[in-house]
Amino acid sequence: MNIKRRQFIKGAGAASAAIFAPQLSFSMSEPIKMGVLLDTSGPFSAYGTPMEMATSLAVKQINDGGGLLGREVEVVFRDTQSDMNNYSTFANQLVREGLDVFHGGILSASREAIRQILRQRGVPYFYNVLYEGGVCDRNTFITGTTPAQQVNALIPYAMNKYGTAKAYVLAANYNYGQITAAWVNEYARANGASEVEVEFFDLADGEFGPSAIAKIQEAGSDLVVSVLVGAAHLSFYGHWAETGMNQNPNVHLISTTFGVGNEHKVLPANQSDGMLIANNWAPENPSVPENKAFLADWTREYGDTEAIHEIAVSQYQGIHLWAEAVRQAGAVDRDSITKTLENGLAINGPAGVVKMDPLTHHCSLDIHIMELNNQKLDVVQKFEQREPLDTRRFCNLSENPDSNLQYEITL
Amino acid sequence: MDITVIFILQILYATTLLALISFGLALIFGMMRVINLAHGEFLTLGAYATILATKMGVNLWVSMLVVSPLVVGLWSLIVERFLIRFMYGRLVYTMLATWGLSLAMAGAMTMIFGTTTEGVSAQAGSFSIGTYQASVYSLFVIGVTIVVATGIALALFGSNYGRVARAAMENREMVEAFGYPINQVYMWTFVAGGMLAGLAGGILAPTTGISPYSGSTWIADAFITVITGGTGSVMGTLASAGILGSVSSITSFIFSSASGGVALLVAALVILRIFPTGISSLWQQRNR
Repeated sequence: MNIKRRQFIKGAGAASAAIFAPQLSFSMSEPIKMGVLLDTSGPFSAYGTPMEMATSLAVKQINDGGGLLGREVEVVFRDTQSDMNNYSTFANQLVREGLDVFHGGILSASREAIRQILRQRGVPYFYNVLYEGGVCDRNTFITGTTPAQQVNALIPYAMNKYGTAKAYVLAANYNYGQITAAWVNEYARANGASEVEVEFFDLADGEFGPSAIAKIQEAGSDLVVSVLVGAAHLSFYGHWAETGMNQNPNVHLISTTFGVGNEHKVLPANQSDGMLIANNWAPENPSVPENKAFLADWTREYGDTEAIHEIAVSQYQGIHLWAEAVRQAGAVDRDSITKTLENGLAINGPAGVVKMDPLTHHCSLDIHIMELNNQKLDVVQKFEQREPLDTRRFCNLSENPDSNLQYEITL
Repeated sequence: MDITVIFILQILYATTLLALISFGLALIFGMMRVINLAHGEFLTLGAYATILATKMGVNLWVSMLVVSPLVVGLWSLIVERFLIRFMYGRLVYTMLATWGLSLAMAGAMTMIFGTTTEGVSAQAGSFSIGTYQASVYSLFVIGVTIVVATGIALALFGSNYGRVARAAMENREMVEAFGYPINQVYMWTFVAGGMLAGLAGGILAPTTGISPYSGSTWIADAFITVITGGTGSVMGTLASAGILGSVSSITSFIFSSASGGVALLVAALVILRIFPTGISSLWQQRNR
């Protein structure tokens, strides 16, 4: 689609391009360039491919509505192929072409690989993925959930529902997993957990043998928190079900990441039934009219809504939040949109209100606790507008506008 | 006590899993001096065959034990006839060609199956040892691997075909001089290696999510196991799977899963330092 639009701008293939960009007046002014890097192949493509689809949809909606400030939005996309080395290489290539904004990056490792490049070049960076929190950088805007919003909703709910006392955290062995595990530890203890065991698994490690389950049982844990990431880790859920732990009334499984890559649609239902998760977006949310419109638009574009997941919606909301900032600021440059966003700019997205917090550049978001039943996400409780309190503990961009750190807690 | 049983089960499981993913590679490398860098994709193809066959209504166990080996065996036959047979005796060429094949297969599987991960459920049930729960499927993996290892040993040492194949490995010209069609021996050995990879892929399918890139997560472990075991020896592969599986299981159990992976690599390094041609040099030298 991106290529087709470029062809159109060059005056070639006008007939085919007309489907995508009916506003002929665009050809008169320079397009606004949006850089996008996502993993649409490789082990993290389950995350990236729907995010890329969401990007195309959001940009198409913006352009169909007349673009921004009379200019077309042009996406400059590269597939980073689930290889973290590609991020810095491609980001350097893209910024040299001249970008007005950047939306992308999935794993926290990829975000940290490109954040400084974009900051140096003055390209505002929207990171639209749930993550471990703590990034305090005035050039970066984050529309995904953080542990204070997600983990601290999920843990108390689950501990209260199941009456659990000992937690066991299985986490991916990189910055997201390690920092999130530390937050799970903190919130579980704050809610009365007597013990929290943590074990890390390398991203490529897909072997969860008999002892992985036995260790959980030996620890006497009654709440298992999966902070696992990527395709290799999916095998955990199979082992969990095959050992009958999913039927064990004394142990309960919850996750900060399950469902984010549509795992519940990929794995057989018995591997996820009963699991609790907490996300910003609830697939069947009748109380949000924007969700209905979003699902209809997505269906028109892609045939069905099967591919949509949490971070595809985050990406969609991030792009629309940026577009709204450009509209209200009347300019695309970094300083103008930053000022507008820092006024507490808010939009109504498919997952509810997305409101920028000026102190942290994170967003206030609705959180839905959901239970998996037969590959569906059923909302069991909704929390309105949770704030990024974890990051706010350390970060105040109005007092320290030059801050360029990721604050983290450790176990 | 109960935890000891679970622990032994874990060691057996880790060992048999390593052996299972390595057999096909070991056979082709050992018998034919062909390094099959597409082995990971052969495993993935086997796993996809099981998933697809199950979706089409074939019984899961039939899919794993029959459909997957047949599909990958057939694919191996095509690969051998059109690619590998022109490169016998040229090790580096086989590496280059099979590396290209691995990229092409991963790409083709992406085009056919998409990048989303697919899964299949064994639902073989579970059992308890004291208060600990374990899956019947892990017992099945252990059992199948023991049967397969026995089968390979019988085929290589008990059958006429196995004797010819082993002789071809030792002295190709002599076997040809006796009038055996050496190219056919190689062809069927390659197919047998492919069928073993298919079987392994099928058995792995219910234990993990399968994507076109799954091969890359297995290929490293398979290579380390084969090289540590010593080329040309399926017994060596079994021995190294046993040692590496035990070391990684014990380390994982005491420390963490991440350190288990490190321990496996360290163990492989130490073994290769002591036996540069692999564990099998222990008994192979004695025979000569």
